[in-house]
Amino acid sequence: MSIDNATVAAIARLARIHVPEDDRANLARELSNILTWVERLGEVDTEGVAPMTSVVEVALPRRADAVTDGGAADDILANAPQRDDGFFVVPKVVE
Amino acid sequence: MTPDLTGLTGLTGLTLAEARAGLEKGAFSSRELTAAHIEAMAAGRGLNAFITETPERALEMADASDARRRAGEAGPMEGVPIAVKDLFCTEGVRTTAGSRILESFVPPYESTVTANLWRAGAVMLGKTNMDEFAMGSSNMFSFAGPAINPWRRQGDRTGADGRPLVPGGSSGGSAAAVAARLAPGAIGTDTGGSIRQPASFCGVVGLKPTYGRCSRWGIVAFASSLDQAGPLARTVRDCAIMLGAMAGHDAKDSTSVDRPVPDYEAALAGDIKGLRVGIPSEYRVDGMPDEIERLWRRGVAWLEERGAEVGDVSLPHTKYALPAYYIIAPAEASSNLARYDGVRYGLRVPSDDLTEMYEKTRSAGFGAEVKRRVLIGAYVLSAGYYDAYYLKAQKVRSLIAGDFRQAFETVDVVLTPTTPSPAFAVGEKTDDPIAMYLNDVFTGPASLAGLPAISVPAGLSEEGPPLGLQLIGRPFDEETVLRAARALEQAAAFDAMPQGLG
Repeated sequence: MSIDNATVAAIARLARIHVPEDDRANLARELSNILTWVERLGEVDTEGVAPMTSVVEVALPRRADAVTDGGAADDILANAPQRDDGFFVVPKVVE
Repeated sequence: MTPDLTGLTGLTGLTLAEARAGLEKGAFSSRELTAAHIEAMAAGRGLNAFITETPERALEMADASDARRRAGEAGPMEGVPIAVKDLFCTEGVRTTAGSRILESFVPPYESTVTANLWRAGAVMLGKTNMDEFAMGSSNMFSFAGPAINPWRRQGDRTGADGRPLVPGGSSGGSAAAVAARLAPGAIGTDTGGSIRQPASFCGVVGLKPTYGRCSRWGIVAFASSLDQAGPLARTVRDCAIMLGAMAGHDAKDSTSVDRPVPDYEAALAGDIKGLRVGIPSEYRVDGMPDEIERLWRRGVAWLEERGAEVGDVSLPHTKYALPAYYIIAPAEASSNLARYDGVRYGLRVPSDDLTEMYEKTRSAGFGAEVKRRVLIGAYVLSAGYYDAYYLKAQKVRSLIAGDFRQAFETVDVVLTPTTPSPAFAVGEKTDDPIAMYLNDVFTGPASLAGLPAISVPAGLSEEGPPLGLQLIGRPFDEETVLRAARALEQAAAFDAMPQGLG
């Protein structure tokens, strides 16, 4: 698969990473090389093969639907770049 | 001048088991042992093995350990100092994951694996350098700069063309610290080879346990279906001791498996008479240097001399492991790393617009390799491509796991080289991401299959730095892997010392 500059811009937007226009061509080349390499998987016949979901067969554990933790607002906010009165602060999203 | 790697007191030359024995006998205190390693850590700063040193905490923990010992409450790793990869959250101690985006992140909680180690009596020396978010095989992709391998190429005191060698990665700081006697043991994480490859490059033992053996809770996530914590140390016994302390079920990680933790050290006692060892011909890759092939044959001979039965096995999908890995790991990474949004923790680049704030924050906070992988991951997961890439890779992963399952019907362990080459120089392989990815050609398959695998130092390369051999075992059969590794270790009698502290 060959990725062009516009595709780089589109996936960069999906991934929320700003990629300057000058860097797009180089990234397009690198990502195209990687995708061409991984596309070797096309040679493998996977007809009827189930995708792997776990390493060993284990039943997913269940627990009671009960609160097990909480009351740690200060800890949760401690690393926030910007906080105010117990809240995270983000740029205005609603005009 | 050749730096004295045994340290002034000789305490840093001890293996973890020897250090523990000395503490038990009262030959020295944890404080003395820890202080010797703190001194070594300071003398070894040229290796850039640590992102954060925690000497004060280490001495506090050592004093508390000495007090526990006096009270007759010694744990299985009582008083032994270790280094911790900077991917494990440590309460109150900065945890960066090697990334600028987490440069000032101080976790308010402790990872389960480190909590288990402290409960066993271990002492933390500091947080080790690593490739950013554990993505890399060189430790060159760290915001803190590359860690340096204490080994040198022969006749070249400063390495290749004046450049030092890489310790491998992503657990490069942990491997370098253990090799240079800055710590008797360290913990790392392995997603596609991130414990075994640096262990091989630095001449130490590195074990990736079965997926699910150690809790992932509190480890900064890279690829959740692959990440697994494990020990690096200078002997197989030391790895067995550490794994025993690290492993166990944890309700906070639904993929951690609820089965008893065996006495791994006791498993070393037996011999390997009748052990069936498989040699997969598919690991004989194009362009593999002769010396790797010779090392592998020597490994076969060593195991045969000790009574193992060595035979061929086939792992036909081996060559598809890395391409599958480089779909699955980036896909999971792109999802896991979505949390770095400049809102809840980590770096923020301010902007009046929310989306622009996200984009600028992540652009400034992530390094080039992390960006590549997040973008690849976003691409293969995007609408219309999911089946062609991610689902296809997960099917190939099933086939790779099936190859191993079939092989383990006739053999008990599989023996392979750990890496296709010895350590390369800092600055090499940076132009071509795929050339870097190929470092994990022998370690990736066991990761995809979730199997336990260990790298044991087996000799020196013609250039000088060490080479390792890998043993891969059945799920949750770390005991057999360790026992076979012990036999390999005894036969190899690897006692070479690295040349420098950088």
